[in-house]
Amino acid sequence: MTQPVLSVRDLRVEFVTRRGILKAIDGISFDIAKGEVLGVVGESGAGKSVTGSAVIGLIDPPGRIAGGEVLLSGLRIDNLPPEEMRRVRGKRIGMIFQDPLTSLNPLYRVSEQLIETIRTHTNLSASAARKRAIDLLAEVGIPAPDKRIDSYPHEFSGGMRQRVVIALALCAEPELIIADEPTTALDVSVQAQIIALLKRLGREHGTAIMLVTHDMGVIAETADRVAVMYAGRIAEIGPVRDVVQNPLHPYAKGLMGAIPSLESDTDRLVQIPGSMPRLSAIPPGCAFNPRCPYVFDRCRVERPEPVQHSEHRVACHLYDQSSVRSEAVA
Amino acid sequence: MAEAIQAAPVPQSQPTTWAGRFLDSDIWASFKRSKLTMAAAFLTFLFMAAAVLAGLAPQDPFDPAQLDLLNSRLPPLWDAEGQAPFLLGTDEQGRDIFSAILYGLRISLAVGFLGVAFSATLGIALGLIAGYVGGTADAIIMRVADVQLTFPAILIALLVDGVVKSVLGGQLDGVTTLSVLVFSIGLSFWVQYARTVRGSVMVEKNKDYIAAAKLIGLPAPVIMFRHVLPNVLGPVLVIATINLALAIITEATLSFLGTGMPETMPSLGTLIRIGNNYLFSGEWWIIAFPGVALALLVLAINLLGDWLRDALNPKLR
Amino acid sequence: MFAFIIRRALQAIGVLFAVGIISFAMFRFAGDPVNQIVSLDTPAAEREQVRRSLGLDDPVPLQFVRYLSKAAQGDFGVSYQFRQPVADLLAERMPATLELALCATVFATGFGVLMGVYSGLKRDSFLAKVFQTVSLVGISLPTFLIGILLIYLFSVTLGWLPSYGRGDTVQIGWWSTGLLTLSGLKALIMPSITLGLFQMTLIMRIVRAEMLEVLRTDYIKFARARGLTTRAIHFGHALKNTLVPVITIVGLQFGSVIAFAIITETVFQWPGMGLLFVQAVQNVDIPIMAAYLMLVALIFVAINLAVDILYTIVDPRLRTSIRQPA
Repeated sequence: MTQPVLSVRDLRVEFVTRRGILKAIDGISFDIAKGEVLGVVGESGAGKSVTGSAVIGLIDPPGRIAGGEVLLSGLRIDNLPPEEMRRVRGKRIGMIFQDPLTSLNPLYRVSEQLIETIRTHTNLSASAARKRAIDLLAEVGIPAPDKRIDSYPHEFSGGMRQRVVIALALCAEPELIIADEPTTALDVSVQAQIIALLKRLGREHGTAIMLVTHDMGVIAETADRVAVMYAGRIAEIGPVRDVVQNPLHPYAKGLMGAIPSLESDTDRLVQIPGSMPRLSAIPPGCAFNPRCPYVFDRCRVERPEPVQHSEHRVACHLYDQSSVRSEAVA
Repeated sequence: MAEAIQAAPVPQSQPTTWAGRFLDSDIWASFKRSKLTMAAAFLTFLFMAAAVLAGLAPQDPFDPAQLDLLNSRLPPLWDAEGQAPFLLGTDEQGRDIFSAILYGLRISLAVGFLGVAFSATLGIALGLIAGYVGGTADAIIMRVADVQLTFPAILIALLVDGVVKSVLGGQLDGVTTLSVLVFSIGLSFWVQYARTVRGSVMVEKNKDYIAAAKLIGLPAPVIMFRHVLPNVLGPVLVIATINLALAIITEATLSFLGTGMPETMPSLGTLIRIGNNYLFSGEWWIIAFPGVALALLVLAINLLGDWLRDALNPKLR
Repeated sequence: MFAFIIRRALQAIGVLFAVGIISFAMFRFAGDPVNQIVSLDTPAAEREQVRRSLGLDDPVPLQFVRYLSKAAQGDFGVSYQFRQPVADLLAERMPATLELALCATVFATGFGVLMGVYSGLKRDSFLAKVFQTVSLVGISLPTFLIGILLIYLFSVTLGWLPSYGRGDTVQIGWWSTGLLTLSGLKALIMPSITLGLFQMTLIMRIVRAEMLEVLRTDYIKFARARGLTTRAIHFGHALKNTLVPVITIVGLQFGSVIAFAIITETVFQWPGMGLLFVQAVQNVDIPIMAAYLMLVALIFVAINLAVDILYTIVDPRLRTSIRQPA
């Protein structure tokens, strides 16, 4: 089997504050293969964005990577010196953020920003870089790119701006793209276009995509596999179809049950009682235990390690052979 | 088959009294952390105490009966020709510089605080009206504010001072001059308060709790004072601290220029003006000590203000 | 964009009009215009005559219009103290003040921007902390104290620089400049520093704050995510975005500097408009006060307008009207 593009092993990120050390991510592991789209889903504060920032090396103090490894095509990148990490960024890993309006420098034309990025990572001349920039704009679906390239960011609509952002992320043909809530700030009608664009680019270039979002609908549409995060840990990870239709982790069950569907005929959406704990007050044992309808004693004491269960990996004692309770809970 | 949901026990580690919460808060922590801020607070407190206790000074330097020309132009105590009890020397009339500084501090601080109080009251009132009532009142107040903002405060203070004095005519006594100064300085600084308060009011105005208050039937002024004002005081406090330092500097400048406190009731600025005449003849202490006192006072207030601003700024936490 | 400029111009005229009213009110009611022509012991009858000849019994709005139209032609009345037309006095003094203000601004902007950018980029370095302290001192020390301190140091103790006056000046047409003589240049140093120090610390603080704010923006984060070099990020992106609002501030500060010159000119006995104004306040010479107010308003308003226009040139977001999204 070919080596995955991205391999994260037991990653831990913490923030040092006056009140103590907050563990934003507490030991997560996952892989993304070439051309695959991995969705990372969870509530606000679950650690999804921090994961993306950690992979690309943009965790700023008071945060820091406290342990684990991040491997890009087999090479460790989490312990690179800053200048080398800078070269990895943009060239081998691209990242796009939520708000396209604030992601682009308002004082520079799109052409200037594109050409600058292209020439940072390649040896192209100015005119060759400009040609490539126009090609990129065409590829992300901007009409009349040779004319629009000299416009300023505020002269584009929201959806077009996000396309420009994607073009900027693709400049140097990275192996991995991290998309942090790429559609949240866009109109619903435009969201679908951007998602389709990302999927197509991933397939055509073989780029691995890490799609971070709180919108399960987007995940279901786009991702090949999905990782469900909760309180800085991965609750469940597996093929998207399986996790959506047959969730194993009680939290994932709650999440999927909360998605409104046009087909089923329910009166009320399922709600998970309580709320995700603050980073400063994560309960011992399994982080989900105060809200879990299937909780038993072991859950409150011992943190569950991920176990393989058919296609999924789940971090729940219900699926652990050595727990007292049987697995026959559905 | 689901078990009853077990609630996790809430840790009882948070204090619940006012004092307890304050001592546990971020503000107090950042205060304790900065030695500089604590030093500034101490210094300010010292100055204020000195001003209040000025009456205990060795001499009331502006009571002619207590002055003796034989004591004039004495250098500070540590100099060979210094004489007790004149700790910091005397000026050409035999006035004790140390006592003069204490009395001068009193005036400087008085004008500073009163000036800020006047500015703040005027500015907050106008800001509340402009923001809450809106319409023509808002337009007029903001126009006036814009016009006034084109000029620096010192110019406005000078102008108001000059015009009022011209209208009142003749030589004014100390207390009247002080009132005129407070008025001029107050009038030149109200705009910042008004703008900030107006902005906050316009934001709060649309919030639900105001709609609820209106529904209950509370009259507008009550709503403004009891509900909107407390939410708006944070930024106002920050402005007030900056304003205090500026007010003190403005008064000192006006006095230095000869348009402020007279020599019969001098502030630190007046003392500096007096001392300036003796700079070239070598009697440096007459200007140096009041100068240092003024500089330290403003520095301490600025440091406190800086710390307060950082502590209250949610973005920097 | 034209609409924007027209609107600002109209606002400017509005401000001038308001200032005109205040000026006129001062001129007519706070002082007695009759004193421009006669002295205090002139008999009443003659005063009455002068009153009528000056049109002081006419309806007030008419007098206002007359005042404004005279002002537009440069006639601001006659000084009580010097018995000379105020306009002449002001014109004579203006080059001194403008030159001083210009030098102070150059000093303040140059050093302020440099120190501010450095403090923003290298927040925790020793030098940045030194700059912070200097800025605190600059804001705390009243201008006149700084001037006195400098005089004591460089004139009284060291004897290097003159403690008052402009030195030798050269007359070029209507303008007199001190920049062309050595003594003129020497005389400019301390007053420029004194006048500029407050502005310098202000600019430094603003540039630093703006720099820190810019470094936190999404587009800088995205620039880092794209792997741009630190130099490109700091000096290509962050610096440009920082300086744009700073230009406005520097421009607006110039008007302030002219007004603050009042203090500096007093300390250094610099023969400019500011010193004239202070003497006018001390001696209740109303015509000069009123005229100075109008002149300063005019300069301020002109500068504000110029800065607004400059801003539209520099910030592309203000240039275009709303276009149809593609």
